Amino acid sequence: MDIKDIIKPENLVYKKTDHMTDKVLSYCPGCGHGTAHRILMEVIDEMGVRADTIGVAPVGCSVLAYDFMNIDMQGAAHGRAPAVATGIKRCWPDKFVFTYQGDGDLAAIGTAETIHACNRGENITILFINNGIYGMTGGQMAPTTLEGMRTTTSPYGRDLESMGNPIKITELIANLPGVHYVTRQAVHTPRYVRRTKKAIFKAFDIQKNKKGLSFVEIVSNCNSGWKMTPNQSNIWMEDNMFPYYPLGDIKVDGKIINE
Amino acid sequence: MKEIRLMKGNEAVAEGAIRAGADAYFGYPITPQSEVMEYLMLEKPHERTGMVVLQAESEVASINMLYGAAGTGKRVMTSSSSPGISLMQEGISYMAGAELPCILVNVVRGGPGLGTIQPSQADYFQTTKGGGHGDYRLIALAPASVQEMFDFAGLGFELAFKYRTPVMIQTDGLIGQMMEKVELSEQQARITEFDQSWATTGKTPDRAQNVITSLDLDSSRQEQHNIHLQKKYQEVADNEVRYETFDSDDAEYLFVAYGSSARICQKAIELGRAKGIKVGLFRPITLWPYPMKELKAAAAKVKGILAVEQSAGQMIEDVKLATECNIKAEHFGRMGGMIPTPEEVLLALENKIIGGK
Amino acid sequence: MAKVIGAIVVDEEHCKGCEVCVVACPTQVIGMTDRVNSKGYHIAYMETPESCTGCANCAIVCPDGVITVYKMKKEA
Repeated sequence: MDIKDIIKPENLVYKKTDHMTDKVLSYCPGCGHGTAHRILMEVIDEMGVRADTIGVAPVGCSVLAYDFMNIDMQGAAHGRAPAVATGIKRCWPDKFVFTYQGDGDLAAIGTAETIHACNRGENITILFINNGIYGMTGGQMAPTTLEGMRTTTSPYGRDLESMGNPIKITELIANLPGVHYVTRQAVHTPRYVRRTKKAIFKAFDIQKNKKGLSFVEIVSNCNSGWKMTPNQSNIWMEDNMFPYYPLGDIKVDGKIINE
Repeated sequence: MKEIRLMKGNEAVAEGAIRAGADAYFGYPITPQSEVMEYLMLEKPHERTGMVVLQAESEVASINMLYGAAGTGKRVMTSSSSPGISLMQEGISYMAGAELPCILVNVVRGGPGLGTIQPSQADYFQTTKGGGHGDYRLIALAPASVQEMFDFAGLGFELAFKYRTPVMIQTDGLIGQMMEKVELSEQQARITEFDQSWATTGKTPDRAQNVITSLDLDSSRQEQHNIHLQKKYQEVADNEVRYETFDSDDAEYLFVAYGSSARICQKAIELGRAKGIKVGLFRPITLWPYPMKELKAAAAKVKGILAVEQSAGQMIEDVKLATECNIKAEHFGRMGGMIPTPEEVLLALENKIIGGK
Repeated sequence: MAKVIGAIVVDEEHCKGCEVCVVACPTQVIGMTDRVNSKGYHIAYMETPESCTGCANCAIVCPDGVITVYKMKKEA
């Protein structure tokens, strides 16, 4: 049978959602950002809520997220996305508002805004992409960089004594009463992509029902910053990042899950 | 029947914002402006008009909440005092870059640093010459009475939306804290009817996505954006200059002063005229755009100018620019929260301008 | 008995050659071309098209969303 017989509109099972623009993603080959963007847009597409959704882009690799997500968006100052989202949501309580932030943006410079938006229980969704490094500026140490991990500003490996510990901000914010749902996922294999998409659905559903803040961390790769091929970086991530940042739900229905 | 109330300046600007149909206020406490948010919280504007009032975790968060809400086309305001306004500068620059309308109230206190909690006017440079990074301007209104604190909230929103730019109400601890009679205007509708085609309210099928940002990595486009901003600022400079004069018709000398200093100068004029000194006042109401042409014309009729400002001498630079240094102009001021007396001001005129050739 | 057969179409100009799809494919269909696109990337393609089941795993993990998937039932 010829392939041309298969490639017909009636046989289509998957194509990129039109909620993504046609612009070429500015991300490095194999970077999880693209996948995270796409499933987020798929959720908005499948829920049919584009006309009621406002996104907030961070500073970092995804600073141009609004070039790729074909929805109304605002670009926030570095770390301030949760404050920007608060301003939007307070004025438009019935709209869906999300922030999309990296680990430097959310867990270093924007820690105060993150903690307080969570503590107030702002009815927004925070998507947190954690790749343990500052990608855009060229691979510097992030608050989430693992012990011993080499970056351009920890060239001999992260030394806990002088540089502090990698911060588990997700566990930290899970303890705040205003936060309704906290989960940690990944997007490097089909199985995890499907799980993460479900988590984003759940997060938006929580927003719809005005139950409080929903927080989805995605542990992701930075093959350029880690200086590996994309597939090597995904294996390294499983071996090194996942033990320190274990995947799974951390808080569901306002209750912390005890393993 | 006119509604008249005895109010503090800080309360008046808050009530002015409610009545001008503000949608939201985000702020953080700092002396001497905390009454703004205290008044708003007590008033429950959420019940009165649906206006949102939220105490943020910092001035940094406040200005970014303002950014978010303003980006959806809402009428938003924040207030702070000098150190807090310094913290907001990054966000103010972003809002100017992204062309977001808002009102910022600076109830100035003495600096530098944590300084003092007493009145000052030493943030003139910060407000009129930049403050944050990049080429931008703020429309700066300087109220000199509690009535103007009320009125300028409405005027501020009008200008902010007309030009899609942040507006600073630049006042000081004296005007913020003092109580005067205020004639209140009627409540305006909160739902604004301006063009919201640029606002991020959710992409509908009939239009392309709206994006609020100050970023453009393409330098040629960023330059075009800068040119667009500069054109807009020129339009503001051409159309929005505001000032007033007092006893200036027969004046041989002029005080140039704004805000609380203008009030002090009025008393100094009274004292001076009692001694036979023909002195008047030129009061800039917009600190930017500064009344350059108007001051130049007024200066041509007098022998000398004393710029009075509670600072080491900031506005005097604009006085000299306006008069092209063709007239004797000196600065007099107190610093660090000290308020000059009318007697001191008159003495400075006599020593520095009249006798000081 | 009906057998499910699939096929993928890769947007060649936008493929960045990251090879994440190669390892994600459960039936080892995908290989990389020797030639490169205008950006200099090798391009994902169906090396063994007869093994494709149209499961869409490759498209789901493709960071750049360049893979479109088709699937149909073929009577044996």
